[in-house]
Amino acid sequence: MSESAPHVEPLLMRNFARADSHTLGAYHETGGYTALDKARAMEPAAITEEVKKSNLRGLGGAGFPTGMKWSFIPKGHTGPVYLVVNADEGEPGTFKDRYLLERDPHALIEGMIITARAIRCEKAFIYIRGEYVEPWRRFTAAVREAYDAGYLGRGFDIVMHRGAGAYICGEETGLISSLEGKKGWPKVKPPFPAIKGAFGAPTIVNNVETLCHLPHIINRGAEWFAKLGTATQGGTRMYSVSGRIKRPGVYEESCAITLRQLIERAGGVSGNGVLKGVVPGGSSAPILTAQEIDVTMDVDGLRKAGTMAGSAGVIVFDETVSIPEALMVVARFYAHESCGQCTPCRETTGWIYKMSHRIVEGHGSKDDLDTILDLSKRGAGTTICAFFDGAVGPYISYIEKFRSEFEALIPK
Amino acid sequence: MPKVTIDGKEIEVAPGTNLIEAARQLGIDIPHYCYHPSLSIAGQCRLCMVDIEKAPRPTIACNTQAADGMVVHTQTDRVKETRRSVMEFHLINHPLDCPVCDQAGECWLQIYYMKHGLYEPRMKDEKVHKPKAVPLGPHVILDAERCILCSRCVRFCDEVTRTGELGIFNRGDHSEIGLFPGMDLENKYSGNVVDICPVGALTDRDFRFQVRVWYLDTAKSICPGCARGCNIEVHVNRRRPHHAEGRRVARLKPRFNAAVNKWWMCDAGRYGFTFVDDADRLTTPSRREGDATIPISWEEAIAAVKAALTGPADGIGVLASPRMSNEDLFVLRRILDTLGLRQVAFRVPPAAAGDQDNLLIRADKNPNTRGAELIGLDGDASAILAAARAGKLTALLVFHHDLLDSGWPAVEVREALGRVGTVIFAGTNASATSLASHYVLPSAAWVEREGTFTNFEGRVQRFRTAVEPLGESRADWEWLGQLLVALGQAPAGERAERWFRALTAAVPAFAGLSYQSIGDEGQPT
Repeated sequence: MSESAPHVEPLLMRNFARADSHTLGAYHETGGYTALDKARAMEPAAITEEVKKSNLRGLGGAGFPTGMKWSFIPKGHTGPVYLVVNADEGEPGTFKDRYLLERDPHALIEGMIITARAIRCEKAFIYIRGEYVEPWRRFTAAVREAYDAGYLGRGFDIVMHRGAGAYICGEETGLISSLEGKKGWPKVKPPFPAIKGAFGAPTIVNNVETLCHLPHIINRGAEWFAKLGTATQGGTRMYSVSGRIKRPGVYEESCAITLRQLIERAGGVSGNGVLKGVVPGGSSAPILTAQEIDVTMDVDGLRKAGTMAGSAGVIVFDETVSIPEALMVVARFYAHESCGQCTPCRETTGWIYKMSHRIVEGHGSKDDLDTILDLSKRGAGTTICAFFDGAVGPYISYIEKFRSEFEALIPK
Repeated sequence: MPKVTIDGKEIEVAPGTNLIEAARQLGIDIPHYCYHPSLSIAGQCRLCMVDIEKAPRPTIACNTQAADGMVVHTQTDRVKETRRSVMEFHLINHPLDCPVCDQAGECWLQIYYMKHGLYEPRMKDEKVHKPKAVPLGPHVILDAERCILCSRCVRFCDEVTRTGELGIFNRGDHSEIGLFPGMDLENKYSGNVVDICPVGALTDRDFRFQVRVWYLDTAKSICPGCARGCNIEVHVNRRRPHHAEGRRVARLKPRFNAAVNKWWMCDAGRYGFTFVDDADRLTTPSRREGDATIPISWEEAIAAVKAALTGPADGIGVLASPRMSNEDLFVLRRILDTLGLRQVAFRVPPAAAGDQDNLLIRADKNPNTRGAELIGLDGDASAILAAARAGKLTALLVFHHDLLDSGWPAVEVREALGRVGTVIFAGTNASATSLASHYVLPSAAWVEREGTFTNFEGRVQRFRTAVEPLGESRADWEWLGQLLVALGQAPAGERAERWFRALTAAVPAFAGLSYQSIGDEGQPT
């Protein structure tokens, strides 16, 4: 047994216990919108510098350093710059942004206003997943409050946009295409959004949770924030823990917590109580076996372990879970959600689902496993966006780490 | 100007040139499906991968602009392996129905599979099924299973015609090309989507199942459909005459010319060739006697024309045609000069005003109006009609015009034709005018002969013989040359080129041009 993780002061979830946490009144009572005053006294470049120093990394999935992303906006650009908030939370096993939108929408609004100042943006778009009806309702009400209170509307506006249920619209350029009224197809890069994004203007796309951190960074300083995490990733983040776990839910913990500690914090493994594996960062993250969970949950820690922090959607598998069935389920998801734009992903996700289904049905052949692995390795890195690279995470890791389970299903 | 090295060869290219075009300039072919030089970059097919030094993995060439000092390899093991993979991906759900596919023989799936694929097929699951034989519009039919979703057709309709009929619907391997609700693919350039479709997904309703493409012969030509003079290829079927109900001209395809039509041609031009093999083609010279048509020999016909034209000059009218080539018009000009005939014109008003747009289509539906002007045949056509109506003409020589289906009132034309002593008609197809003429001379159609047209911008362009003249029909320059000999002049020769040479010596606008200098791309006057 390992040491249990030290308790951290909740930042993102600090108000969640209050029934009225989504209101402006409650947000004010807990120090809301004070960071904004501070930020307004800062030069835009100083805000970006502070965020860089805080080691805040994107919490939507890619883990890209937030301050660095902001600094990619061309210097001396004179036209409009857009901030787009990615609230299209669709990664299987991830449900943190919905809590933030429902329970602390003003934190996001304050984070957006601060970011807008840093990147000199006068209009932001928020793209909310279509299924998130209550989050959308709560956030809309909060935006109205913020307009009434004068936080919004004086040189900075928020445009609401609801998605229609496509996973790919959570990919930042797919999201931009969808926002522009087109089919939600990721765009060919370069140009990257910071150069040419929404409606042709430089655009910063940030995740909900990432932006919710900004008031804390501005209020309490980059150094304080950086110390909450690891050397390369500052702060806390919200882990969505699901699957065979005794107390499933959202947990705000340091980025430095280990996976083992996190599972303990969530009450330990349910089902038969014996851990088989954990997907640490949403369905696209390669699975870790029960022996591999002594890793820190920050971006670099999980990368070193051969997987990824992703969206911090932690899915726990106990020993009774069938990995081939799990693969079939995720393969069906990726086949269904592939946007169909570029060839490797469009054609192989469907085929891999057919093969995984056949294996589970007992009609697999010996070659199928190697074919799946080969297609995954050949297709990875050849596509327009990271969707297929994500799909490959489970395809490869489930088979390589649990091959005997698959072979047991294949007729001799 | 950035300098790049591709497969060890260095080249300097214009800024913004992508790696596919830079390689093309070096004679290196980078395989691709979705990229097309006139359309936006889609980056969808993933076939054009190349290795760029210092890049961690192969990169798509279409979306990579050549940068100074860039070193590119198109033949590394990694690139070849990637191409093989992408070919396999493209074919996972492809029906592999080449034996019944009209594209077979000119299909880039076949070509690239042989060049870059050649993998062992592994797909043994049921393929995805999609709609087949879906008419998208009057000219184009879709087989969604064969489609590789390169989106060229979608981008063509969005970016070139700006009509936006097509989209890609559904997701993943169920994605398919289709029409937006309430729309048909019936813009004036719809046939081009068949040309740019690299596979057998979009085929031509007029051409499909007529003849296998490997039986076709090709000649470089010029579309005679309007004053633009789009560069085209004429594809003819001579080797399987029992196919396609004896139709010799199988199809027309646009031929790239940056200065004229780029990659495109309009549907009116593309499908406007059917007169060539039509049942109403004139195949033998003839004389009308009452209501009877009596076939005659060319010698008799030329003698008759000579007799008709050698009367008093002010009793003779000639209506030349802007459908005639420069060579035809020049020989005619010689005849007029020899006989001192002055009542000549070519502008017969059309029955209906022609449409025009900003892409290719010109309102003037004749290929050689400019040539006829330059050669000096631009007289007053209505004055000739008036003279005929007034009974002042002993002979009227009409080329190609159906005067009874023109902008002139048919009653007046009929009255005029009735008062001319001898009406001679030369043309390719029978018409009300040919039926009202005393002598009819069969002209070879433009695909059955060679020559040049001068387009509205003054560009002289060559068209070549694709198929033999039907029956006894002859190129206009040919029988007009024989008439000139009959009139006692020296023959210029038995090839159109000889007449063109004489034209360049006689008409200053054409000075310095030759068939050789005009070449395949034409030359401005």
